[in-house]
Amino acid sequence: MKLIASLLILAFFATVPLWLQDQYYLHTLVVTGIFMLAAMSLNLLLGFTGQLSLGHVAFFGIGAYVSALTSLGFSVTIFGMPIVHEPWPPFVGLIFGALAAGLCGYLIGKLAFRVRGAYFVIVTISFAEVVRLVSLNWVELTNGPLALPGIPPMTLGFEWSGYLTLWGKAQNYYFVLAVIVLTYVLIRRLVYSPYGRAMIALRENETLAVSVGISVTKYLVLAAVFSGALAGLAGGLYAHYIQIIDPMIFMFLNTVTMVIMVITGGKGTLAGPVVGGLIFGIAPVVLRSYVGPEVQWILYGVLMILIVFVLPEGIVPAIERWFNRGGASRSPTGRGASSGGSSGDGSALALSGSGKGNS
Amino acid sequence: MDTSVATSASKPILSVDHVAVQFGGLVAISDMCFDVHEGELVSLIGPNGAGKTTAFNVITGFQRPTRGTVTFRGTSLEGLKPHEVTGLGLVRTFQRTSLFEKISVFDNVLIGLHRRTSPSLFGTLLGLPRERRAEEALREEAWETLRLVGIEHQANEAGGSLPYGDQRLLGVALALAANPSALLLDEPVSGMNASETSRFIELLMRLRKMGKTILLVEHDMPMVMKISDRIVVLNYGRIIANGTPTEIQNNPEVIAAYLGGGVKNA
Ligand SMILES: Nc1ncnc2c1ncn2[C@@H]1O[C@H](COP(=O)(O)OP(=O)(O)OP(=O)(O)O)[C@@H](O)[C@H]1O
Ligand SMILES: [Mg+2]
Repeated sequence: MKLIASLLILAFFATVPLWLQDQYYLHTLVVTGIFMLAAMSLNLLLGFTGQLSLGHVAFFGIGAYVSALTSLGFSVTIFGMPIVHEPWPPFVGLIFGALAAGLCGYLIGKLAFRVRGAYFVIVTISFAEVVRLVSLNWVELTNGPLALPGIPPMTLGFEWSGYLTLWGKAQNYYFVLAVIVLTYVLIRRLVYSPYGRAMIALRENETLAVSVGISVTKYLVLAAVFSGALAGLAGGLYAHYIQIIDPMIFMFLNTVTMVIMVITGGKGTLAGPVVGGLIFGIAPVVLRSYVGPEVQWILYGVLMILIVFVLPEGIVPAIERWFNRGGASRSPTGRGASSGGSSGDGSALALSGSGKGNS
Repeated sequence: MDTSVATSASKPILSVDHVAVQFGGLVAISDMCFDVHEGELVSLIGPNGAGKTTAFNVITGFQRPTRGTVTFRGTSLEGLKPHEVTGLGLVRTFQRTSLFEKISVFDNVLIGLHRRTSPSLFGTLLGLPRERRAEEALREEAWETLRLVGIEHQANEAGGSLPYGDQRLLGVALALAANPSALLLDEPVSGMNASETSRFIELLMRLRKMGKTILLVEHDMPMVMKISDRIVVLNYGRIIANGTPTEIQNNPEVIAAYLGGGVKNA
């Protein structure tokens, strides 16, 4: 049932460039998809492990800069030592960007998860600020506030197969769509594995999770690495699509956008960031024709507060509950215990909140 | 001091050696020493606030002792984190919440089975058949664990929605899933009615037959007297007696402590 619904939705999105001729709308959808991807990565931390990263844009921006610089090439002098890098293909850049962001996720995770909660939030915010300052001040590498222009568009293929350069909006749309589907499948597999269960267990009740042998640091760091790498991947896509990046990419508002997407869509559900991403990716375009940017942001705030007030768990869990109301399965996990084929959307075990304090 | 009778000449599996715990000025445990032997069922009893839960916390790595050491199967537990202690086969339940309330009973047990699998990350992400098979096997084990404690009919219910007695059973199932060789149960029958308690006693008997070593904290004296090989009595953080149920029942110091401190069901 759910699989069929997902495939239908996917089929619908695959047809969009066929009938949507307006390039500006298509552009909006590409950017929406990229931020959706970032929101999906944030959801891995915020939704499944319960750790709030308010510096998530750092991973996004690092992915963007690393991918851009890898494919542009650069020459810098570090401690009197000249380092010259010749341009590499954008696709390699994309992977390097994801790896670099994943590595940062690892370091942040190792550093911050010793003490969690508010401390983690502060560490991530500071991290984003440090990275922003570096991008602003290391002019030799990043061009500073002057931006890094001329980033080559994504190129796919191998020597033997020939190359395809994604110049058009429709091509980029399909590439981003493919990455989203792939990422969705990977996150789904992770969430429904012992890895995902360990993360959810830590979120729900850390003391109890630890008592059955789950290592806090191992699984939280793993989530941070994944989350960072995926955000970096999104950043890389962004850089090669927009083809110019500057330190503004690190602005706090971008993190806030991701958080809003996750929370309104439903944190800790697989579909949540997709739904939230669509709403808050498309809303600006709809609103733009009526009101100025400042008013827009106020409206987003109001919209988010409304959604969270009416549906505290987010849109996706509310819809699921509504569907299950009449259904036979009242399984709170949405996937049941039958050893047969289990389908579910990851709201399995994905109920928010945390309980601590055993004695 | 070792008055073990149930086990003959076996080496202790768990040794608590001169352990003391202080919270600021409060001495929760002072100089505690006792052993538990392989396959034994030992009860740790004492009035409220005697330090029983604190002893569990020390043994399972949740609380650093101020002094002293705990040894399990010849390994010192000093400095080990709780999940590492669990990794050695020493698993506990909690006096209060011992289950994931919002998660289904079945998934609770799947979480408990964490220690049983070590899937490869890439295999998981690629959805390899090997990991799928491992997951299937894990689900089968989860069913077995549920059947063992007798809550398989509620597999799909949220843990927190179970009747109280079944919640306690789920707590034990969660701990059992972690494959303990020694199981520490903190007041598992508190809040259970008589029939639930007798069902629980049957479960304990089955676990003993499976060779599990059990350390039990419990206020239900008839049950403790009935099932224990040995009883360790704690009062104000100090061990005042250690012996068979008969010895404990006739120990004047224990009687005095229990008449002085109001213990439920004593
Ligand atoms: N984290 C803590 N900080 C300060 N004092 C504590 C802490 N944990 C326990 N205590 C104190 O240590 C003493 C022993 O507590 P403990 O919980 O071990 O008793 P208990 O024997 O399990 O009692 P009960 O039968 O009520 O469960 C009590 O006086 C308690 O108030
Ligand atoms: Mg206690």
